[in-house]
Amino acid sequence: MIDMPYLSRRGLLCGGGAMLACQPGAAFASAADRDRHRPTPSLSGQAITLSIGKGSLSIEGRMAQAISINGSVPGPTLRLRQGQKLRLTVINELDEDTSLHWHGLLLPFQMDGVPGVSFPGIAARSSFTYEFVVTQTGTYWYHSHSGLQEMMGCYGAIVIDPAEPAPTAAEHVILLSDHSFVNPARILRNLKAQPGYYNRQPQTLAGLLGGHGQALTQRLQWARMRMDPTDIADVTGAVMRYLVNGRGAADNWTGLFVPGQPLRLRIINAAAMTYFNLRIPGLNLHVVAADGQDVRPVAVDELQCGPGETYDIIVTPEARAYTIAAETMDRSGMARATLAPAPGMAAPVPPLRKRPLLTMKDMGMDMGSDSAGGSDSPGGGHAMKGMKMRDGSLAPQVAMGPGVEMINPMPMDRTGDPGIGLDARYVGASHRVLTYRDLVAQAANPDLRAPGREIEVHLTGAMDRYMWSMDGKTMQQAHEPIPLRTGERVRFTLINDTMMAHPIHLHGHLFELVTGHGQFSPRKHTVSVLPGGKVSFDVTAQPGDWAFHCHLFLHMAMGMMRIVQVRPA
Amino acid sequence: MRRAGLYAFAAVAVLSAPCGLRAQEMAGHAHHAPAQADDADQPKGTDQSPGSLDAPAVAHDRAADRYWAPAAMERAEMAMMAAHSAPRYSAMKVDLAEYQLGKGGEAYRWEGEGWTGDVNRLLLRTRGEGQVGQRLDQAEIEVAYSRAISPWWNLQAGLRQDIRPTPARTHAMLALEGLAPYRFDLLAAAYISDRGEMTARFEASVDQRITRRWVLQPRAEIDLSAQDMPAARMGAGLAGAEIGLRLRYEISRKFAPYVGLSWNWAAGRSADYARAQGDSAATRAVVLGLKSWF
Repeated sequence: MIDMPYLSRRGLLCGGGAMLACQPGAAFASAADRDRHRPTPSLSGQAITLSIGKGSLSIEGRMAQAISINGSVPGPTLRLRQGQKLRLTVINELDEDTSLHWHGLLLPFQMDGVPGVSFPGIAARSSFTYEFVVTQTGTYWYHSHSGLQEMMGCYGAIVIDPAEPAPTAAEHVILLSDHSFVNPARILRNLKAQPGYYNRQPQTLAGLLGGHGQALTQRLQWARMRMDPTDIADVTGAVMRYLVNGRGAADNWTGLFVPGQPLRLRIINAAAMTYFNLRIPGLNLHVVAADGQDVRPVAVDELQCGPGETYDIIVTPEARAYTIAAETMDRSGMARATLAPAPGMAAPVPPLRKRPLLTMKDMGMDMGSDSAGGSDSPGGGHAMKGMKMRDGSLAPQVAMGPGVEMINPMPMDRTGDPGIGLDARYVGASHRVLTYRDLVAQAANPDLRAPGREIEVHLTGAMDRYMWSMDGKTMQQAHEPIPLRTGERVRFTLINDTMMAHPIHLHGHLFELVTGHGQFSPRKHTVSVLPGGKVSFDVTAQPGDWAFHCHLFLHMAMGMMRIVQVRPA
Repeated sequence: MRRAGLYAFAAVAVLSAPCGLRAQEMAGHAHHAPAQADDADQPKGTDQSPGSLDAPAVAHDRAADRYWAPAAMERAEMAMMAAHSAPRYSAMKVDLAEYQLGKGGEAYRWEGEGWTGDVNRLLLRTRGEGQVGQRLDQAEIEVAYSRAISPWWNLQAGLRQDIRPTPARTHAMLALEGLAPYRFDLLAAAYISDRGEMTARFEASVDQRITRRWVLQPRAEIDLSAQDMPAARMGAGLAGAEIGLRLRYEISRKFAPYVGLSWNWAAGRSADYARAQGDSAATRAVVLGLKSWF
């Protein structure tokens, strides 16, 4: 089925917009208006066909090359029901191999859609049929796992309704992404030739004289370590446009609501290379699910959403327009959309905030005693005295080489931190920002065993060479998978030895974050590991070979990936 | 506002209830009874510490071969692994391409490098200079293999062919190149010529960003020689030095015109060789040029 413009299938129950929706010609004065309200198609049922082909995408009036699904970017939203069987035929109209991976879905591994790991891929001008049973509920997404096709727009949303009929409520999918007028291969080559190529917010002498950013002593300290505190994103607003449901900021995708009634927003970060900080000025965001899994509702003003993560939030807007402001983590750009009771309305768009700086804490050098003060100040303090930046003996499993520019000297559990640029220093103490520790599962976890063992994985890299790896080895260099026994309960501990945040995704599993919530640990499929930080999760191994990687696509392409091999004991 | 908040909480309660129904785990998932209620003090779920079981052995096969044609899986795995290997990139860099206006007249100079590879690269370097309207004074071309030996340093080995001055020499080269603490770009190269002459060259530069687009680049070079080489105008010991200060404007990352000053000194016997040819031992020039890569 094709959804009406403005409102999702369930949203039609809101009433107000339905009539307008049926008469788009009458409602839209200009092509720009039509573009703004161009709906993302929706598909449901037991047999779905998706065609992947070359396409284009209009962003703020300019055409960008794209890889589309059924002609659109994003591809159709798959609206499924828990317990249903699904037969998904994917037709490849490209001249190269493609694939679709169902991000966050629990399914037999051979249906997971990773070429060379779970299936052979879908050859040019051929098709493939995926068949599996939909066991979950919630918000997920799908995307190509071939080359850099995802970065070209090959993705879409998945929404799974509970098997039991549920009270209907208005809702919108808010699919965030990034897209460039420049080919991804060219972006990668620019980064390889000059890794800071897209960082257009460096510290400058003018800034120093103007009293901005780090003081001279800190700048020298960072320069001595050959580290850049402004290196927050490799690919920035200098080359990317940021989209909501495929629309640019000026295109202003608009979602309608009925004032005073709760509205569910299904936020999906489908960006290839971008962390978003999302807020809706004037509205409390009640987070009710993370990665499709229900959590105890928690009210915040802002949340950071890493690539691959999803959050469901509920808001109750009044009779006015609101801006959905999804600022990039490095503050180089913003995905923007509007929530309004009627079409054609807009609310003020908040300006980009001040670019944050990395701190010693992001290097694993927080001494703890004064974390609220000195050492947390940009580049702060003298915490590094006596600490080595690259002491291989701290991580014997890491292959020290040109691709490992640092070993985190003191990995910290940063699951209580709100993410780069969102601490009180930047957003004020009264601004509530979601942290992983705020997430508590609504139902008890299905497997409460203690993990039988712990697997440490170091996230490693060298920014000056644009190299990314796990344990100092790229996927190819390591070649060996991470072996698990079927049904085994293990703890993964991810240690970030780089100065960047990495969203790590394990295919085909939901894991429980170790954040002190015991049997109510939040279940996720993608977890962001802050620089200087570490994150642990417990997981019950499902049979098969599964991809395990950084969801910043260029990091994965550079080799920050492994296969998790689960075999009978 | 407060009212809206109340609505929101009510909504949360309503919407959360049906979704509390847990997703069924996929077939084959082990189910385990929740812990007893009375052992409240015991850590539960993820609060427990991990045990110390050994990892199983790695199986050297593909699980997917049981479902899909193994030959197709083999091809796909190779392609996937290759995509994660070292692909080939390449670029051409023009560090200096400049016109020099000094007391001794007008001159030009270039210095550039092309490379191909990923972390380890094949390099082609060239540099030279001359007086406008006259023959080239100096020109050379160098081919080298550059191997990454740390996150910041490369060891380079190769051959340099001098084109001017004549008679042209061929040199074997060994160099250390990279990014030093404080983000200095350094090159230290040692050469031995086909006539057994030993020379060395040190280069250092640093980019100081004044604003987002204005960059000041101080730069220094020192040339050493182990013997007198009159034809090359190099005397034993410190043969020459150069200091430059260039201010560039990055119209884009890849295209940055600059203006600057460059001072050159010939030292010791090198100075004598220069004077003997009617040149001064020390020159100073205003430079106009372009730094670029593509």
